[in-house]
Amino acid sequence: MTGTSLKTYALTRLALVVPMVLILLTFVFLLMRVAPGNPIAAALGGHVPPSVIQRISHRLGYDKPIYTQYGDYLWGVLHGNLGRTITDRRAVSSIIVENGGATLELTVAASFVAMVVGLVVGLLAGRFRDTWIDVSGRLFGIVAYAMPVFFLGFLAQLLFGIWLGWLPTSNQASPITQAFLPVHSHILFIDAIWAHNWGALWDVVKHLILPATTLGIVIGGVFIRLVRINVIRSLKDDYVEAARARGIRERSVVYRYAFRNALVPVVTVVGLQLALLLGGAILTEETFNWPGIGSTLVSYLAERDYAGVQGIVVVFALVVVVASLLIDFVNAFIDPRIRY
Amino acid sequence: MTTEPVLQLRNLRVYYGTSGRPVRAVDDVSLEIGESEVVGLVGESGCGKSTLGRGILGLLPEGARAAGEVNYLGRNLLSLPPKAVRRLRGPELGLVFQEPMTRLNPLLRISAHFRETLRLHEPQLTKEQARRRSLETLGRMGIPPTRFHQYPHEFSGGMRQRIMIALALVLRPKLLVADEPTTSLDVIVEGQILALLADLKRNFGTALLLITHNLGIVAEACDRMAVMYAGKIVEEGTVRGVFAEPAHPYTRELLRSTISLDTTELHSIPGAPPNLVDPPSGCRFHPRCPNAMRVCVDQVPIEQRLADGRRVQCWLHGPSQRVPAGGEAPLEQPVGVADEA
Amino acid sequence: MAVASRTAPGRRFVGRRLRRLWSPIAHTQGLARVMLLSGASITLFFIVLAFFARWIAPYGFTQYAAHGVRFPQLGHPGGVHPFGTTVESDDVLSRVIWGAQTELKVVVLALVLSLAVGVPLGLFSGYFGGALDRGLVLLMDAMFAFPPLLLAIVIAFELGSTVSSGVVTAAVAITIAYVPQYFRVVRNHVISVREETYVEAARALGARPMTIIRKYVFFNVVQNVPVLATLNAADAILTLAGLGFLGYGVQPTQAAEWGYDVQRGLSDATNGIWWTGLFPGMAIVVLVTGITLLGEGLNETTNPVLRRRRFGRFDFEPVSPMFAEVEPPLQPDEGLGE
Repeated sequence: MTGTSLKTYALTRLALVVPMVLILLTFVFLLMRVAPGNPIAAALGGHVPPSVIQRISHRLGYDKPIYTQYGDYLWGVLHGNLGRTITDRRAVSSIIVENGGATLELTVAASFVAMVVGLVVGLLAGRFRDTWIDVSGRLFGIVAYAMPVFFLGFLAQLLFGIWLGWLPTSNQASPITQAFLPVHSHILFIDAIWAHNWGALWDVVKHLILPATTLGIVIGGVFIRLVRINVIRSLKDDYVEAARARGIRERSVVYRYAFRNALVPVVTVVGLQLALLLGGAILTEETFNWPGIGSTLVSYLAERDYAGVQGIVVVFALVVVVASLLIDFVNAFIDPRIRY
Repeated sequence: MTTEPVLQLRNLRVYYGTSGRPVRAVDDVSLEIGESEVVGLVGESGCGKSTLGRGILGLLPEGARAAGEVNYLGRNLLSLPPKAVRRLRGPELGLVFQEPMTRLNPLLRISAHFRETLRLHEPQLTKEQARRRSLETLGRMGIPPTRFHQYPHEFSGGMRQRIMIALALVLRPKLLVADEPTTSLDVIVEGQILALLADLKRNFGTALLLITHNLGIVAEACDRMAVMYAGKIVEEGTVRGVFAEPAHPYTRELLRSTISLDTTELHSIPGAPPNLVDPPSGCRFHPRCPNAMRVCVDQVPIEQRLADGRRVQCWLHGPSQRVPAGGEAPLEQPVGVADEA
Repeated sequence: MAVASRTAPGRRFVGRRLRRLWSPIAHTQGLARVMLLSGASITLFFIVLAFFARWIAPYGFTQYAAHGVRFPQLGHPGGVHPFGTTVESDDVLSRVIWGAQTELKVVVLALVLSLAVGVPLGLFSGYFGGALDRGLVLLMDAMFAFPPLLLAIVIAFELGSTVSSGVVTAAVAITIAYVPQYFRVVRNHVISVREETYVEAARALGARPMTIIRKYVFFNVVQNVPVLATLNAADAILTLAGLGFLGYGVQPTQAAEWGYDVQRGLSDATNGIWWTGLFPGMAIVVLVTGITLLGEGLNETTNPVLRRRRFGRFDFEPVSPMFAEVEPPLQPDEGLGE
């Protein structure tokens, strides 16, 4: 009975993605058409004459029957065409490319912080269960999650930005850096390294610290609870007792047996927290004036630009699907039992 | 016994704390296991035998405490600091558990399991030496070297148990405790595992404490046996002797309850297993004993040594001068206890 | 038993069931009890604030003057305005108290809706299975993949133009975002209970599905719901605050909302004004912490894996003197009986 190879698992899992994506796309499509009224009229404001509205509707294809719209929509997504915004006529795909980098920078940095916080505190809390280490760790986790990310951001800005003046409180980088840094990947962090511009890199990092740590701590708070419970559960497992019977040192038992095995479900949970991460990113970007997709979405919402909103929401949904796919792969890599 | 016993338990007690009074799982047990001997420990579920096994290795769960002596090669393990006992676990004392399916780390290959334990306890071995010793021990258990690098989930239950035994034996411990090693395996695999265990003394020179509820296993594999009831050892002697002429009524009833091809009707011991928090007074078996006497309710039996070296705790075997007047009269038991035969 | 009883058999049954639900809570010990009690008191405090806001809050939530005198703009905390005033001269303390009422209204409505929709869906989907189940699972999984805040924002955005009550808009948005969670938890629990042997036995004896659901499945599943509800109430408040922060859901003209206040406080922060954002934000943190503690405390008591039993201390009594004299082996024929 040999295990299925990673490759087979990957292919099978990939195949399951298709129906999920289809459902999500349909869901978003319907979602955007639930509101009554003409989306064009809403986006353009109230004082536009009906003839203009009709002309634009026709040009953008909003007067076609719903099934045709649906078909065009799916066809477009398949080809990477996510439509154009109504208000400023930008292609959604270019919005993603230009602003996506900022969001990526933020979420990756925040995930890193969240993982470190969650794993370290969760492991200590689980290992030293019911001691003061455990209690304070758990309390920290609870309060961290109870903090709305924008409130923590508010406090961080107040403390580190205004009162101590150590770190900047808005934007991705200072205007000078942004003006002079050549754009390659649209991710300032990488572009700075690319250009060997260490001053710019430091500037970027300084701007990244507050938003990433804020979001990371809040998400990390949730991790703590999960890691802790999994460590406690693993420490009770049969193979842990068997290892102790062989005289394995308690430290090895905790780290090599309990912790590693506790990580397995945690990796899945990281995938579930992705939804939290993306939602939190939207709020974080608003709080810190971070020019990512989240704040872009908020401004299109404010302008009632349905096309823009739809395009960005589709991207969010697809990102979650792809990310959970990757999470499953990592899981299968770690735990050989999962490969069907 | 001419040489010093490998293991000597004296007045061992293991109690579990609860929200009320403690559970007296092991209540004053004395037992000796000699070099390369195979001793069987039998009893119903819940009589305390698993606790005894774990107590020997110091693997008691939270809330449990032990008192008395667990003398391994003369040293009392209960008086040693936990770190010292941990160091003995593996190279000197081994434990094989009941459920092989869950006792191996699913994320580690079998080779990693062996490497870890050898590197910890015998660091002077080179990687190659360690590998060779592991393969040799596995080979004696019937696991081919081609499967050395596989993961636990790729093996069946019987093979996993063999791997567990090999993992315990690769360090050549002087004493191996096997807690119901074949209970969750089917009969054919059971036979193979038993053959392996019975050969321990020949191949490895290891003494074995075989804990089980199955008398058949004891008959097949053990030199001596101890019968445990309600936390006490009620009878102990050679397997031959005990099977031929059981001294304690409980042993007798147990033997009569076993099923064989000659069985025509089911015989069971009436009553329920005793409450270990509040055990019956005097002899703990008296509520279910067909031969119970008045003295059995009032006084705990004194251990007696019989002619063939057997030990037994039962008023039927004396000492008669300790029995008060009228104590020998049969006890009136509620209906259902007396033996119908 | 021919014992006369004062309560009708049906009532005794319910009483027994309730007692069974309550007993693990009454027996909590240690940390779980502390969490449970502190969480409950914090939550209760805010509920009282919310209920009696009209009598507790010194001023209205958009009141910027009293007795014809306008309150100071961005006044420092102290005196008549212990939490200070906003740029529009609103009393921060009053807005915090009124905000509690808003939060409570929305969360309670959202919880009721989520339970009313999620639990029955999960119950029937889990028990009956089939195409309905598969379809629902697919739909719920897709929704589950969505960031809940995003979903809530979009729905609030869409409903905001038609539904006048911000409270209802926010509640519906939150409900739709969190129903998949209730559905999934309830359904999974129902499926595991459905396979239990006692349910199988009931089916074999010919019990109707509704009866089985009512007597066995429901009570079992319902035990999980309080924990889920408290943990979801916490999420609901955070989502509501998020909506308010972005300007969706409850509108500032309709009621005071903590998230909205923090957003206003954010711009004040650049000028070093800290009280307009701090107090509403702290209110969110404290309330959510309280609810989470309550939920965790409940979880620890009802979840047997996490429950820790208290071990009594005991001492070994000295070995009975009789055994000390066990050594001298007696003559083998001294035994009595057979």
